[in-house]
Amino acid sequence: MSDTEKNIDKVSGVATTGHEWDGIRELDNPIPRWWVWTFYATIIWSIGYTVAYPAWPLISSATSGLLGYSSRQELTATLDRVAADQADLRAAIGEKPLEEILADETLRRFAASAGAAAFNVNCSQCHGSGAEGSAGYPNLNDDDWLWGGDIEAIYQTIAHGVRFTGDAETRFSEMPPFGDMLSAQETQQIAAYVASLTGDPSDDASATAGAPLFADNCAACHGEDGTGDQTFGAPNLADAIWFYGATEADIAAQIRKPRHGVMPGWQARLGKTTVKQLSVYVHSLGGAE
Amino acid sequence: MLNQTEIERLEAEAVNSAKVRQPLYAPRKKIFPKRAVGRFRSFKWLVMIITLGIYYLTPWIRWDRGPYAPDQAVLVDLANRRFYLFFIEIWPQEFFYVAGLLVMAGIGLFLITSTVGRAWCGYTCPQTVWVDLFLVVERAIEGDRNARIKLDTAPWSLDKVLKRVLKHSIWLVIGVATGGAWIFYFADAPTLFVDLFTGQAAPVAYMTVAVLTATTYVFGGMMREQVCTYMCPWPRIQAAMLDENSLTVTYNDWRGEPRSRHAKKALAAGATVGDCVDCNACVAVCPMGIDIRDGQQLECITCALCIDACDAVMDKLGRERGLISYATLSDYNANMALATAGGTQAIDPARVREDGGRLSDKVAEFHWQKIFRPRTFVYFTVFSLAGLVMLYSLLTRDRLEVNVLHDRNPQFVMLSDGAIRNGYTVKLLNMVPEPRIITLSLEGLPGATMHAVGVDLPEGRSLDVALDPDRLKELRIFVRQPADYVEEQDSRFTFVVEDKASSENAAYRAKFITPEDGRR
Repeated sequence: MSDTEKNIDKVSGVATTGHEWDGIRELDNPIPRWWVWTFYATIIWSIGYTVAYPAWPLISSATSGLLGYSSRQELTATLDRVAADQADLRAAIGEKPLEEILADETLRRFAASAGAAAFNVNCSQCHGSGAEGSAGYPNLNDDDWLWGGDIEAIYQTIAHGVRFTGDAETRFSEMPPFGDMLSAQETQQIAAYVASLTGDPSDDASATAGAPLFADNCAACHGEDGTGDQTFGAPNLADAIWFYGATEADIAAQIRKPRHGVMPGWQARLGKTTVKQLSVYVHSLGGAE
Repeated sequence: MLNQTEIERLEAEAVNSAKVRQPLYAPRKKIFPKRAVGRFRSFKWLVMIITLGIYYLTPWIRWDRGPYAPDQAVLVDLANRRFYLFFIEIWPQEFFYVAGLLVMAGIGLFLITSTVGRAWCGYTCPQTVWVDLFLVVERAIEGDRNARIKLDTAPWSLDKVLKRVLKHSIWLVIGVATGGAWIFYFADAPTLFVDLFTGQAAPVAYMTVAVLTATTYVFGGMMREQVCTYMCPWPRIQAAMLDENSLTVTYNDWRGEPRSRHAKKALAAGATVGDCVDCNACVAVCPMGIDIRDGQQLECITCALCIDACDAVMDKLGRERGLISYATLSDYNANMALATAGGTQAIDPARVREDGGRLSDKVAEFHWQKIFRPRTFVYFTVFSLAGLVMLYSLLTRDRLEVNVLHDRNPQFVMLSDGAIRNGYTVKLLNMVPEPRIITLSLEGLPGATMHAVGVDLPEGRSLDVALDPDRLKELRIFVRQPADYVEEQDSRFTFVVEDKASSENAAYRAKFITPEDGRR
């Protein structure tokens, strides 16, 4: 009895836990009933929950639950629903000619944003996430196009690629290595002439001497005025944009032993609709014709 | 000296009194407030009609804003992120006006509390108003205090079941009406009203009505004073707002004590007798279940019904009203000092009375000038300043705005002719419910021109853009500066937006990034 009495708090008359910390004792009030019942309810709920939903781990899998729910199914269902919602737009993009897509505000916006997503996954590795390119990889924002900058030309390039062996319709051209045919001095003179088209060459005499050499060797593809030809993917040499560098040394190196980029054709991998969306996105970047 | 009218003593006990303080885990003791009649009760009826009227009717007020905006005077349009308040329309980024209103409400509460005490609690708090409304229903069906106590303790009978079912049904109807009125603030009220009954309304509307019905029913019908005592933080904060010059409902024991139920006998025996006849009228009417004669208490919401009850008794006895009254602590202390001869002796009401029996002129009474003191002045100044600043800002705010985002990647593009192009996302905000045609132009940046993607206009230094009413328009703008003009450093320039019709304008200082700058 004395033990029990000792464990009664004198002020409140409530039993204490019996422990004492520096003279402080803890009242042993009962847990509120609403709390206890809520606690029991959560236990009952959890039993029902584990029966209804996937819960108990087994050796190689887990119980699947009476409701047959799975988060993977839910994801698939969500993706299907989104695909179904967008089916009409995608179908329209697949069927309509590109010019019509550009003229239709809704289609253009949808195609451009879908194209942006596809671009980030498939194209940004070479062209950069802002399509800004780098040496050897064209900047798609500017108005200088190797193979043409209207919507059809862009579509053709993306669909079939450039110098892509896996596609018979791929765009193809190759500049011969002039290092085998021209002397080092002639190469330097041509480089000086090309530099003079848009700026000041290092040596005016070389540039003047380079002019006839250019007309003989280069004008067939790059044009007499050096403005290039998109039919052959021959770059415009008379503009401010340089693919493999703007110095005379860069130009000379390219004349001696040209580098050629390769881009895969994407139609076989991504399908026509996605390639159309990519085309609309690239067309929207600001430099297209 | 005393009028000998017999006053019936009510069997009422303060359930929330300190003397019978409940242990924390005990079940609630029910309170059966008696009907009160008097000045304050009438005032409370008036306040109740006005506040309930405002709540239920406001969504139905129409306000013509033209064909491009809703015609509901008060509308929180969550779907379109617009908030309409009569002639004011608020966009999400202007939500600080609502925050400002909350600041004003907070300071206003301080102001009111420091002058007239817990007037908010006693008169206008929704909890008080709805409990009053629920009590009206309860009294109409079950009768006044004694009848209700009797019914409560009676065994279940057909009569009791009928009364209870009727009462709870009406309470639920009030709850549904309360929850129903709430959702009308968030959609066109007449449309939603029809939709609600035809099952066309959004599920969230029904859920909101259900939740608010439940809270109204539980708070107003079941929990009542417990909401104020246990759930609401304000009773605990308000103690810091009150000072010795704030009005609170006060039992003036300096004239009431010693209380006596049998004044005649006590007087005959030569005892001192105060005005309080211990009739318990003040306890019986109290919706909080307290005895105001125990002094100021956390539970007291200062509804002043005890003043009405006590005044009625004092009238019957032919004594001055105000045994329980609105009084300040300083007045109370002065009078107490008078009655106890400076605290040296027990209370003797004779000291506060003239020989003829009326209250002495020395008794301090509340004077309205006490409202004006530094504390209330500071609250009032802050309150007014907040209001004036908001009003000024509201009257001078822009209804046409422009926001510009410079392209991050690429920051600039060199074009084949050597010109530099920068891309911008320009957002034009037309914040009035009318269509407008605005002119977007470049200021600064010599030689530069621009064009907007998807807008079939030639390059130039300005373009006209049609804006939809009350909408944001997003444009992709390419600004191009010819090679000859391009500077090494980045340049600053301004996008200027002007509505030529109303001569409103807005501007944005933007940066033009050049290759040299971009490489740094």
